[in-house]
Amino acid sequence: MALAKHMRGRRVVISIPMIWMGLLFLLPFLIVLKLSFSEERLAIPPYAPFLEWVGGLPHPVLHWNNYAFLFTDPLYVSSYLYSLKVAAVSTLWCLVLGFPMALTIARARQPWRNVLLMMVVLPFWTSFLLRVYAWIGLLKHNGVINNVLIWLGVIHQPITMLQTDFAVYVGIVYSYLPYMILPLYANLEKHDPQLLEAAADLGARPFKAFLRVTLPQSIPGIIAGSLLVFIPAVGEYVVPSLLGRSDQLMIGRVLSDEFFENRDWPVASAVAILMLVLLVAPIMLFNHFSEREIEAHK
Amino acid sequence: MKRAGAFSWVMMVLGLLFLYAPIISMMVFSLNNSRLVTVWDAAHSPTFKWYGALLDNDEILGAAWLSIRIAVVSSTCAVVLGTLAGVALARFGPFRGRTFLVGMTTAPLVMPEVITGLALLLLFITLQQAIGWPHGAGFITITLAHITFCTTYVAVVVQSRLAGFDESLEEAAMDLGARPTTVFFRVTLPLVVPALVSGWLLSFTLSWDDLVITQFVAGPGSSTLPMVIFSKVRLGVSPDVNALATLMVLLVASGIVVSAIWMNWQNRRRERDAQLAAASNL
Repeated sequence: MALAKHMRGRRVVISIPMIWMGLLFLLPFLIVLKLSFSEERLAIPPYAPFLEWVGGLPHPVLHWNNYAFLFTDPLYVSSYLYSLKVAAVSTLWCLVLGFPMALTIARARQPWRNVLLMMVVLPFWTSFLLRVYAWIGLLKHNGVINNVLIWLGVIHQPITMLQTDFAVYVGIVYSYLPYMILPLYANLEKHDPQLLEAAADLGARPFKAFLRVTLPQSIPGIIAGSLLVFIPAVGEYVVPSLLGRSDQLMIGRVLSDEFFENRDWPVASAVAILMLVLLVAPIMLFNHFSEREIEAHK
Repeated sequence: MKRAGAFSWVMMVLGLLFLYAPIISMMVFSLNNSRLVTVWDAAHSPTFKWYGALLDNDEILGAAWLSIRIAVVSSTCAVVLGTLAGVALARFGPFRGRTFLVGMTTAPLVMPEVITGLALLLLFITLQQAIGWPHGAGFITITLAHITFCTTYVAVVVQSRLAGFDESLEEAAMDLGARPTTVFFRVTLPLVVPALVSGWLLSFTLSWDDLVITQFVAGPGSSTLPMVIFSKVRLGVSPDVNALATLMVLLVASGIVVSAIWMNWQNRRRERDAQLAAASNL
């Protein structure tokens, strides 16, 4: 703290990022909130002004009908529920696949550990869009997977995989897997191996030792990784657009359609605000955990 | 150290297969002669004709150039802003607004992109009505949006790098009479250089790659590379996109490998210096 107290530029250092993020992250949300209570208008911009002047005084007008509309039209409710389901199932699969991978990396000897870590992170650095796109070629009717399975004689007719829930799960698990593995690895790497030895000395079999020693210690990593997958997955747009069903949209797609196709900005804003309301608890939990993880590094 | 069990290793191999199979298949089919992307035309393949076609595609080249300019400007600005935020969070102890800054640097990491994109567009429109700036959407609005989400990644990288060192180095410099500003530039900043490099690279790829937020804030007429790719692949698989993807993957992969080797070398050199310093004190 010594550095901080005396530094002349301290206030400047703090306030520049604070002002930037306040202006370009917080303020925009307030505008969305404001707009979600506005009315659609055939004008530029296509919404009614927030303040109306009544007798020379500004008078804020709150229209609740955008929200009412979201609850009356079954399209929106089913999209929200479907998005939550897709995000939850994908998070679970990321955990099932990611946990053993993180464990293997954390327990591998050097230089294997670094090599494996790099192999997991490398795809994450390459284009997300193109990696999702690559799955089209694998999953489609006359795609690689169907061709290989037919060639092997496992199936005789191609299976429909593209534009199904399965394809969306595959796409989301695929794109978010590193987000699950990295926090888990960071957690597992810190475990004291002597605890497992002690458990073994006391007669615990490996599986029991895993359940009673490794798993409880890794809960913070599991929570951080799951939130890192779950929260953005709820609003995922690219994966369902390229791989998903056309009869059941995810909420991210609904928001974008509402804005670009229907040009109904107030309803699009209301969709965004409701999504935020659903996600506010997980986001705050994530803030809490990531701050604690960084503190724990000290 | 206890080794992971057989089950974990099997999952590791399956997981890596899962991560790499799509990329490898994309690379293989970029060499395919047939326009039917998934049917291997053994007689005339491999061919590099799709790579040649890319060079003649002005739309893709123009979009790539726009994306590069945006990515360079955004990641450079994001490194500056993110470093300030990271240093403040890691070294300034408790200060007023700390919780706010923590929230502002972690929430954007997980915020669904559709929400951020919509919010930023509405901000730009409101600003435009209020003060007449930014004038129209395009390079400026995309860059401002990219700086904002890249900053949070840089802040996290810098903050965790600094958290890995205790403050005794800075305190020692102060005890020796260095002024705080000097300490910052001579001690703190060199410590975070590796974080700045990886923060810049991370920002560059995030900006280069972003589709959803960009789609909201880009006006008509300014299409970045991901936007062009997205509009192409929505219509189905196309062989020139395979070629483009292969080029991008190879470029990024070699960049990452080179920078990993460089950082490894830097770390070794630092360790050697530390050992030499320790030895000379004996």
